[in-house]
Amino acid sequence: MAAKAVKIDYPKRHDGRGWEDLRKIEAKVGIIPRADGSAMFRIGHTVAYAAVYGPRDLHPKFMQNPETGILRCRYNMMPFSGHGERVRPGSSRRSQEISMLMSKALLPVLDLKEYPNSVVDVFIELPETDAGTRCAGITAAAMALADAGLLMKDLVTSLSMGHYNGRIMADIDGHEDCDVGISDIPIAYIPTMDKFSLLQLDGDVPKEDLLKLLTLAKKKAMDIYKVQQEALKAKFSGDGHNGKKVKA
Amino acid sequence: MSNEHIVKYITKGMRYDGRALDEYRPVSIELNVSHCAEGSARVKIGETEVIAGVKLSLEKPYPDTPAQGNLMINAELTPMSSPQFETGPPGEQAIELSRVIDRGIRESKAIDLTKLCVKEGEKVWSVMVDIVTVNDEGNLFDAGALAAIAALKSAVFPHVTEEGSVDYNKKTDKHVPMNQSPIAITVIKVGDRLLLDPSPAEEAALDARLTIALNDASMLCAMQKGGDMPLTLEEIGAMVDLATKQSKELRKKLG
Repeated sequence: MAAKAVKIDYPKRHDGRGWEDLRKIEAKVGIIPRADGSAMFRIGHTVAYAAVYGPRDLHPKFMQNPETGILRCRYNMMPFSGHGERVRPGSSRRSQEISMLMSKALLPVLDLKEYPNSVVDVFIELPETDAGTRCAGITAAAMALADAGLLMKDLVTSLSMGHYNGRIMADIDGHEDCDVGISDIPIAYIPTMDKFSLLQLDGDVPKEDLLKLLTLAKKKAMDIYKVQQEALKAKFSGDGHNGKKVKA
Repeated sequence: MSNEHIVKYITKGMRYDGRALDEYRPVSIELNVSHCAEGSARVKIGETEVIAGVKLSLEKPYPDTPAQGNLMINAELTPMSSPQFETGPPGEQAIELSRVIDRGIRESKAIDLTKLCVKEGEKVWSVMVDIVTVNDEGNLFDAGALAAIAALKSAVFPHVTEEGSVDYNKKTDKHVPMNQSPIAITVIKVGDRLLLDPSPAEEAALDARLTIALNDASMLCAMQKGGDMPLTLEEIGAMVDLATKQSKELRKKLG
């Protein structure tokens, strides 16, 4: 989202958080019984649901790959989930780009060679948003893929970093992104590989700050990673298919 | 499970999940599930889950109703909620769902649209209700209609600035003016039996379906017949009786 031209000083965060603090997070696995795998991830007022279907037959046929299964993500904001006016249902340029980036962020941990000509569909729906939606979506989707029982090298964990006048911060919210004009740097991180699978940046950031910021991002991603793992454990050590909520 | 088995079972008065034919699954309503919407509700009927959200905006009125607010109801059958649903523009199933829910709310005059007029012929409030399916375990008609009315009842107007534009970050405590709370109940016919609150497998096996919306006084305010087979007068009477009885239970939940 576009930043306002007037740059004001930002001495402390408007919600009282420390510069490195995440908003309240919560994760739950198995929220959509009809799906093969599903999860919910909440960070502050941003909530993402993810449902996985597949591997299943891919249509139209010309899209099939005889060498491997493919991953297809669809990111969608519910029409009432935006700030301001109603979001028109259906895909937009923004949602199409985000959907594509999500697939790229998740693909490195999957091995779909066992499923030629098939597709794994990941549907991400957001009932409410306050920035960081693609990151919450990736975090939820990784849990849902694990819940679906797919062979995975690791989970993917994602968050949005911020940069403003030399100041680095974690998990910026909608006010910081749109009203203050803090640079938004969404990342996705794969802990066991120690690699980033999503990296975007809007704003101006010197190289030294970028490296510092990514180092902090890794550290904060590990906090989210723990919650993802706990939520998965809670489902599979529990009795039913509805996992317990895990909070941090 | 083939349709044949389902029908055989139902004809003996039994269902695969052990419920009686007229037995509804547990219903829950949770309000304010999206801080971005002016009103929102999550409804669960058994494992079926839908979310409805209300957005309000200032628009031009329709030329034939210059002194009334606009009402729009839309339903999204998300591919997230069932392997049967696909991406893309709403299909006939989603369109029928939104139109049936729309009629229940519109024809019962649930919302006092005259109170939504800001300046006749120029500016009125537009009420947009979106119903999104989260998990489809059947009976989306009843769940969607209940979520829509619960979200509307909880909806408050956003703040309007002196220049007359909407400030969505500030909500007022003024509620959308409501006159009625229509409740929709769907009764399906399988073989010679009538059932409430069908599962997806039962929906696939149905001969006929009747969705009946009832207002606060249990007056019928909208109906829609679905399914391939016709209904007798006696069957319609029995379906209305079942729906009327069940609507009172859901009305208690709505509070």
